[in-house]
Amino acid sequence: MPMNPGDIERLIKEALPDATVTLEDLVGDGDHWSATVISAAFSGKSRVQQHQMVYQSLQGRVGGELHALALQTSAPTS
Amino acid sequence: MSDNPVFERIEENIKENDVVLFMKGTPVFPQCGFSSAVVQVLGHMGVKFKGIDVLADPEIREGVKAYSSWPTVPQLYVKGEFVGGCDIIREMFENGELTEFMKTNGVEVNLQDAQ
Repeated sequence: MPMNPGDIERLIKEALPDATVTLEDLVGDGDHWSATVISAAFSGKSRVQQHQMVYQSLQGRVGGELHALALQTSAPTS
Repeated sequence: MSDNPVFERIEENIKENDVVLFMKGTPVFPQCGFSSAVVQVLGHMGVKFKGIDVLADPEIREGVKAYSSWPTVPQLYVKGEFVGGCDIIREMFENGELTEFMKTNGVEVNLQDAQ
């Protein structure tokens, strides 16, 4: 059961309100997504911690309902 | 959490082996594109690693996700520490960070020529 991109973005923004989320449907099946997430909450965090924050925002859906989510995270450069 | 018996098995593996990849399939026959990508990176770096097939062991498959608070496989561990999944490993490899990381941790790297 693929996830709607609006829901993916909404869940990430609920946890990281300042986040800029860019989603890309990698193979066009609505089930393999690539997300680029930029949030100030990532500054000072390791890459693993940044990805864990995004996974947590998706509340257990990654690997299940959301089959594949390729992630790229960063803090805003200012 | 720490009384989970699977965690002990995971810890044994990642302590006894410098580089461990929890993956779907085996290093010779990966059964998932993401696992295969990490195997290729390690192969390209000439890094020796132990591959653990989570498809052959459902207990480890679920256990390793809880162990690292990471929802997906593959998962790479170096010197007992979780380094990342496919995206992170690929990114670290491409910007040269992974080679540095391995060397810093005393893991031998023998970069292979592109095939």
